[in-house]
Amino acid sequence: MSVGIIMLVHTAFDRAEQVARHWSAAGCPIIVHVDKNVLSGPYNEFVQALSDLPNVRFSKRHRCEWGTWGLVAATQSASRMMLDEFAHVRHVYLASGSCLPLRPVQELIDYLAERPQTDFIESATTSDVPWTIGGFDKERFTLSFPFSWRKNRFMFDKYVSVQRLVRYRRRIPNGIVPHMGSQWWCLTRQTLSAILDDPDRSVYDRYFSKVWIPDESYFQTLSRLYSRQIESRSLTLSKFDYQGKPHIFYDDHLQLLRRSDCFVARKIWPFANRLYDAFLMDPAGAMKRTEPNPGKIDRIFAKAVERRTRGRRGLFMQSRFPVEGRENGLTCAQYSVFQGFSDLFENFEPWLAKVTGTRVHGHLFAPERAEFSDGQTVMNGALSGSATLRDYNPRAFLSSLIWNTRGERQCFQMGPRDEIKDIEWDIAKDPNAQISVISGAWAVALFKSNKNFSDIRQEAARLQQTESKHLDVLRSPWAKARVRIWTMAEFIEAPMEPLQTIIDEIGKQTQFGLAEVPKMSDLTGFGQFLQNLKNQGMHPYLMGDFPVEHRLHEPNQDKPKPYLVR
Amino acid sequence: MSLLQSYVMRLRRKRHQVRAFRKHFSLKPVVNRTGKIRPGDILLFSTMRDEYVRLPYFLKYYRNLGVAHFLIVDNDSSDGGREYLANQSDVSVWTTKASYKNSKFGVDWLNWLQSKYGHGHWTLVVDPDELFIYPFCDTRPIRALTDWLDVSQVRSFGAMLLDMYPKGRIDAVPYLPGQDPVEVASWFDPGNYMIEKNRRYGNLWIQGGPRSRMFFKDKPTKAPALNKTPLVKWDKRYTYISSTHMLLPRGLNLTYDEWGGEKASGILLHVKFLNTFAAKAEEELRRKQHYQGSVEYKAYVESVQENPDLWCKWSEKYINWRQLEILGLMSKGNWA
Repeated sequence: MSVGIIMLVHTAFDRAEQVARHWSAAGCPIIVHVDKNVLSGPYNEFVQALSDLPNVRFSKRHRCEWGTWGLVAATQSASRMMLDEFAHVRHVYLASGSCLPLRPVQELIDYLAERPQTDFIESATTSDVPWTIGGFDKERFTLSFPFSWRKNRFMFDKYVSVQRLVRYRRRIPNGIVPHMGSQWWCLTRQTLSAILDDPDRSVYDRYFSKVWIPDESYFQTLSRLYSRQIESRSLTLSKFDYQGKPHIFYDDHLQLLRRSDCFVARKIWPFANRLYDAFLMDPAGAMKRTEPNPGKIDRIFAKAVERRTRGRRGLFMQSRFPVEGRENGLTCAQYSVFQGFSDLFENFEPWLAKVTGTRVHGHLFAPERAEFSDGQTVMNGALSGSATLRDYNPRAFLSSLIWNTRGERQCFQMGPRDEIKDIEWDIAKDPNAQISVISGAWAVALFKSNKNFSDIRQEAARLQQTESKHLDVLRSPWAKARVRIWTMAEFIEAPMEPLQTIIDEIGKQTQFGLAEVPKMSDLTGFGQFLQNLKNQGMHPYLMGDFPVEHRLHEPNQDKPKPYLVR
Repeated sequence: MSLLQSYVMRLRRKRHQVRAFRKHFSLKPVVNRTGKIRPGDILLFSTMRDEYVRLPYFLKYYRNLGVAHFLIVDNDSSDGGREYLANQSDVSVWTTKASYKNSKFGVDWLNWLQSKYGHGHWTLVVDPDELFIYPFCDTRPIRALTDWLDVSQVRSFGAMLLDMYPKGRIDAVPYLPGQDPVEVASWFDPGNYMIEKNRRYGNLWIQGGPRSRMFFKDKPTKAPALNKTPLVKWDKRYTYISSTHMLLPRGLNLTYDEWGGEKASGILLHVKFLNTFAAKAEEELRRKQHYQGSVEYKAYVESVQENPDLWCKWSEKYINWRQLEILGLMSKGNWA
């Protein structure tokens, strides 16, 4: 009893020959099917090259195009020939010219000999698995697909829409339940001959010839009718990418393939000399006897598919430039934006850096330059602090900054003095942003400044207008950032509570609450300052209600430290 | 895109083809070995002037990747580079004394050579100071990449220009013929690039890197473009329209994904900043044969005289393609 190999070949004949010799040397009879698209010259050469092997036959040639009936027809003819000509064959293994046996053939023969009744064919119903590409799961069995997807995409698509429009549904013959799975199987003589000799075969053939990708469903469905024991997995390691094309193996996959434990791998790049040498020439390098387990390779290929379909979050680069709304986040990590805090507290930035251990910048969008932490003019990634470069593309500036500092949380200050017009929406819509605003705190700087009052009044009006617009952005229904807004009056009423909340959210757990509090500016006379602005006709409203009189809620140096909230 | 716009693009493409045909009369073959080209060969096209010092390593590097034939236009070199190339068995050389500027900076010459010899081949168009890096380039030849692109039905492959520079003054370490230039200029900017989409041609417009940071910080719009599409499965109907930054038909410019995923992409290590640079910049400025009235070279010459150290604390030293992949400068896409 032995294993017969069916090889479907359409290219790389030297490699196909090499693999055929390998199978043949182990005593496996081989039926080779060569695609009819191959010119007769190369075909004859190939036949000639294999003519010295006694147990190799060439089957009737069919035109094979991806996703069409030709592949099934080719397999049928080759199977028929195999069963007729090699009576001692018990299992038939379907392989392609770019398949590479990973383990000694004798191991495969022994493995199958121990399981004489088992059919190895991946076969699942469409409702159970999400394998299908391009949206045809049930429909691939209920619509008709006479046009080639590769060569005549237009007609293919149109014909599908028309059928959908008129709600056309094909009848599935004899109530068979369509199954699908990998096209690479290994069936027993009993099952295979039952399929080929089925009295209703012409019915099935007619039906499947108009099914979408029949090579993944013909044998997978019909073997369910006859098999005594189906093991629904393929003995061939074959990974598919998101478009349904097989992943290709190269020389650098050698260690990976050694770990796979599968019998056969597909598909191998024809010039992967090291792989062919290692697995065909070197029987000593064969692996331990273990149950095939393709799962070990899954991870690497699943990752590749994810990289192609989802990409790295927050990365904008030459081959990932999502349209708006598809970014999956403008930035790659969470960051915090503080507005008004450094106005209200004298030492806010060093304090925040100390308490949270994060990187705390000044006003990144200041009109003069990006105030990077520690006065640097260039940051991680060689990102320049030049205001011109930053304002040339502020989105790129922000996303690069966050991307370049992966692993370290970034905090920065913002305010109505900054160049925020072009970036405020991006930040507000970014779910990674944690924005905390003390509205009206910009007035503290004016209050302390030594400018003429008329200038102050003008400046205050401008800042109030900018901040008010900014707050509208933050409060808009499109804002996805974590936004907290306090008026200044509200905030200084009980400053520790909000600070504690913000720090906790940044995630550095201070076990005993905040041990140190930032020093608040001296606000004596601030109420009067606001009143003066009002008297000049400029109503500052963003800071909330400040009484003119010096009152209790203004921090007083004589008072003990406020109670800390845990 | 409306039909009218498509038609305008078609006319533009045709115009470039006519230009290429007109300009080809100025090309004189020095040695033409294109008869050696076999179907499926990967071809390299380049134009150069006085680059002799770079040639030995350049040829070695690309032969090693599996380039089968080099088709090179020599723009009136006087340093022996032309003779050196003519002696290589896998190089065909044309020479011209015509204006680099009037040939659209070499684009017309190469478009013609590509339409004549490149049809049906994967063609790589690089300058002598550009080294092509792609995913797995240390273990897989370029043929593995083009085969995979063929199977994936992808016709063009993008590779961003990554400016390499030495630590210290540009002229501090001399570069010797045959030496790997990355040994001298081994540093790059890992994360200061700005991207915009060019709506007319569909390509991305990338700027940034050390040249923006140092030479163009006051006029960022003028900073050189870094996006390139050097590797294309050529068809005689295709044309490059501005260096290798843009192509027609426009579909070839879509080397990036717009739905959040990453397509595979490579890098062109741009080893321009060697000790030969200052002299070259001054000469180019004198010849006025470069883009935008050689604004780029004006900026260089000014800054190069003041402070030629492009290196900064955050510069990254080049290791391999995996490093560039992790930094997000290039991507494996779904090639595994």
